[in-house]
Amino acid sequence: MKKDILIVDNDIDFINQLEIMLTTAGFAVDKVFSKAEAEKYIQDKKPDLAILDLMMETPDAGFALCYHIKKKYETLPVIIVTSVTSETGFEFNSSTPEGKSWIKADAFLSKPIRFEQLKREIDKLLEV
Amino acid sequence: MAQVFKVLIVDDEAGMCSGIKRSLSEFRLHIEEVGQEIAFEINEAGTAELGLEKIRADQPDILLLDHKLPGMSGLDLLGTLSEAKIDILTIMITAYSSIETAIEATRKGAYDFLAKPFTPAELKHMIRKSAGRIVYKRQAQKLAEDKRKIRFEFISILAHELKSPLAAVEGYLNIVKDKVLGDDLKAYETPITRSLIRLEGMRKLIFDLLDMTRIESQQKKMELTQVDFSEVVKKCVETSHLTAKERGIKFVIEVEQGLVISADAGDIEIILNNLISNAVKYNRDNGQVDIKISSNGDRAVISVSDTGIGMTKDECQKLFKDFVRIKNAKTNNILGSGLGLSVIKKLAQLYNGKVDVFSEPDVGTTFTVELPLVQPEKEKKSG
Repeated sequence: MKKDILIVDNDIDFINQLEIMLTTAGFAVDKVFSKAEAEKYIQDKKPDLAILDLMMETPDAGFALCYHIKKKYETLPVIIVTSVTSETGFEFNSSTPEGKSWIKADAFLSKPIRFEQLKREIDKLLEV
Repeated sequence: MAQVFKVLIVDDEAGMCSGIKRSLSEFRLHIEEVGQEIAFEINEAGTAELGLEKIRADQPDILLLDHKLPGMSGLDLLGTLSEAKIDILTIMITAYSSIETAIEATRKGAYDFLAKPFTPAELKHMIRKSAGRIVYKRQAQKLAEDKRKIRFEFISILAHELKSPLAAVEGYLNIVKDKVLGDDLKAYETPITRSLIRLEGMRKLIFDLLDMTRIESQQKKMELTQVDFSEVVKKCVETSHLTAKERGIKFVIEVEQGLVISADAGDIEIILNNLISNAVKYNRDNGQVDIKISSNGDRAVISVSDTGIGMTKDECQKLFKDFVRIKNAKTNNILGSGLGLSVIKKLAQLYNGKVDVFSEPDVGTTFTVELPLVQPEKEKKSG
């Protein structure tokens, strides 16, 4: 049974590329383009893992979405992938205790991402 | 609340200092054009050396400077200030209104002179003039600063808009290079098509940017000719024809017969091209684009409607700003530079015309551009 990964991002090309890489790596991919669509999606579906963009409808949409996902499915692993650091210089880290206290995501990656790195995080979170 | 201007008097005559102080301490100025009230805080120094010390500690806005002082002279102080690049509006007070002193002082940066003896009214008049100059100068500086900021913001967004298609194409090319989808080229249709679309978007951005720079730099020379609308429309429809055909969108064209406008043909083409390509881009499949051009008195009315996704009132209001692209689920797959409408608006303004938009979500959008049929010959506006 293939593991199901939800991708939420408003950049269609990023989604396309991720979809190609993830499908090739043996995952099933569901994609939506906004926080709003993702909220709707999680109402009746539960993926095995979610990859979220940070800046969508609002600059912090990814954080809010992550919070909602975790509220509904406490154990569902969430990875936030964003270009916020390269664009604004803001740095976030979900692995420090301080970061963990408010960023609910399990991992935080900066765009441009290396696929091997993302794959490593996914494998770790899904305990493949 | 009144703004306080600091005035420093450098004069060795105690009587002069206290006289000026008396005249100015209760003096209030109102500068109408900027709606500012100005009060004065007076400070004094008996020698140029002491004056320099006070200036270094707390720079005044206006310096009332006597020429003849015990040690260092007023002119020397002026020279020192200008060497140190300390810019203070300075009024020289002098009993000897010799032309040489005046020339020398002006050369060293003095703003004006008050010849001793002067009346309180003369002093106030001079202060009014000086304060006005300072206020306007600061306003001009602020405007220049704002302009720089806007420019900087524009360039940051531009850099982002150029970087993102690059990142997309790079990502796709790496997929092809690593043969992620195997050896069959057919498998790579999406990466290749999307790369081409993103490159095309980038090209459009660069062209829009060039149009805009040309309009904004005011170097644009309009070559006014008699432009036949029906010809320009034909050309622009041809440009969008293929994209429209692919999606089953049809054009309905209605151009008032023989309607010509005195304008630069290139400008009219830019306006129509942008409007028509938008109407196709934001349309639904099998939709319709209505192009209607007619005259209304001495103006041409260009109206382009689509049957597409439409916009809310809020979205319409943001529309004409640089790099504004309405982002929502419906526009996700539509590429645009975000400059097209802002270019149309700038061009319309250049021709003393205007742009309006009427839109309804999921019904469609109509853009109307009104342009004078004839441009005033003598004052061809260039900016």
